[in-house]
Amino acid sequence: MMIDNDLMGEVTEEEEMYKENILDHYKHPHNKREIKDGAICFHDLNPLCGDELTLYLVVDRSQNIITDVAFTGHGCAISQAAISLLTDELKGKSLNEAGAIGKETMMSLLGIKISHTRMKCALLSLKVLEGGLAQCSM
Amino acid sequence: MKKLKADFPIFQSKKSQLQQSCGAFLKNDPGIFTPRNGLSKVAAELRGMDPFLRNHNSLKRLIYLDNGATTQKPQCVIDAMTHFYEHDNANVHRGIYLLSQKATMAYEKAHETVARFIGASMEEIIFNGGTTEGLNGLARSLGSNLNVGDEIVLTVMEHHSNLIPWQEIAREKGARLKFIPLTDDYRLDLTKAKELITAKTKIVSVTHMSNVLGTINPISELALLAHAVGAVLVVDAAQSVAHLPINVKELDCDYLVFSGHKMAGPTGIGVLYGKKKLLEKLPPFEYGGGMVKEVTFEKATWNDLPWKFEAGTPPIAEAIGLMAAIEYLEKISMENIATHGHELVQYGLQKMSAISGLILIGPSTVDERGPIFSFTLDGIHPHDVSELLDREGIAVRAGNHCARPLLSVLRGISGEQSTVRASFYIYNDNTDMDALVAAILKIKKRFA
Repeated sequence: MMIDNDLMGEVTEEEEMYKENILDHYKHPHNKREIKDGAICFHDLNPLCGDELTLYLVVDRSQNIITDVAFTGHGCAISQAAISLLTDELKGKSLNEAGAIGKETMMSLLGIKISHTRMKCALLSLKVLEGGLAQCSM
Repeated sequence: MKKLKADFPIFQSKKSQLQQSCGAFLKNDPGIFTPRNGLSKVAAELRGMDPFLRNHNSLKRLIYLDNGATTQKPQCVIDAMTHFYEHDNANVHRGIYLLSQKATMAYEKAHETVARFIGASMEEIIFNGGTTEGLNGLARSLGSNLNVGDEIVLTVMEHHSNLIPWQEIAREKGARLKFIPLTDDYRLDLTKAKELITAKTKIVSVTHMSNVLGTINPISELALLAHAVGAVLVVDAAQSVAHLPINVKELDCDYLVFSGHKMAGPTGIGVLYGKKKLLEKLPPFEYGGGMVKEVTFEKATWNDLPWKFEAGTPPIAEAIGLMAAIEYLEKISMENIATHGHELVQYGLQKMSAISGLILIGPSTVDERGPIFSFTLDGIHPHDVSELLDREGIAVRAGNHCARPLLSVLRGISGEQSTVRASFYIYNDNTDMDALVAAILKIKKRFA
């Protein structure tokens, strides 16, 4: 039957959630360390599966620019790759620019389609960013 | 045990279902499908679907290994409930007319069937919405008699439903919560249990079979310990009722709870068993119609057992579904089911322990162990493992399985606070275990 070959195959390149760069960020995360002094930190977790993230932001208050970013945490490949990619993105950004980062930016950073159930994993990093920024403005 | 998958409509080949529905679509509108263009309307529609749904291997096959969460239903259970709604539907214990008699007789027969299934008498069988509801009711009702300093003894392996109700009542009454720990092989430490169950203990509540570890706990021994100090023993049989023959007299538990949906029955029905003399004294959990005898504006007296504990219209169709499930299981025989589970454990332990980098979280020996396999894979998060298993058409659960405190204890062992859990049932066999193992090896390669 015609449908068979076209549609019942493996997930395509574009749709692959475990593309090389995701696995690479998972295994060799960028900016994964604690920042002990001078950082705002915010922690959150996904109770369903145990993804946990702490984000550290060092902000130059004179210009409201993020001068250093780091994270610690553990969890699934999607959640960890997302925060790793996000920390790269945040360096040198102003607080306003950081605040403008939303779901669409996260999706394009990840560069892949995220299934419904894994969306929470992908967006956990956004949650900690929003929490951290809220603390910055206090 | 003969291949049972054929009894369960959900396992009919997905591909053939898809072909059937496409075929029907095409038959109705043959003009749309032209062999020449690469995409028929159906194909286009399928292409438009979310790629994760469209390319899903569970369209090709369903290896269902999440029976700890819920089980699939045989056609006879589905038919029994449909038949009830089509032919016998009326409320129970309320009407005189023939239809209501039919409904009432079926409903009472369901009670008798469950009673026979677990070795109890009919007045000791209460139907409710599920295990969690039963445990909450027991906690409130038994808890109403607690005093400051009284003890409730649980185990570290309890599901949240057999933990949180006791937490809340203990807090309310100033009672103390204690937990029987595990041995190195994920079994209950009976030596510690003897120390923990003291003269102050009023309630001991334990799981019969852990939904995470597969450990089967020694209920009769725990009953002796509890009764020696005048405490009651509550048993959470949500998992065990599916895998083992249950006889409440042999277990000598005071109360036992389980749900229909984890033993091939429908959702929305659970059973609470209690020893008759205890239920006679126990305050009702809920009040209303059906559980009363005499009622004035000021007060009411309670109905006979078991109706005293069944307020409101009960889950009638669900009870009939549960009855059909029990009859189906009794035809196979619970002894055969237990043996089948035992063989799965034997095979599973052997195959899974051979995978390097896989840590099995549960007893390593076959006896007193159910076919539930929790595990972690080095360097690959359980979420990702289960995602990739799903791609292979294998359904498992990842996370903390409603047992976060247990997982936090296990973290010391495996470093992980969540696991993958593959839980087997009567329609699973060694080929399903083979498929799981093959998929795990494939995933390992992928992440290497």
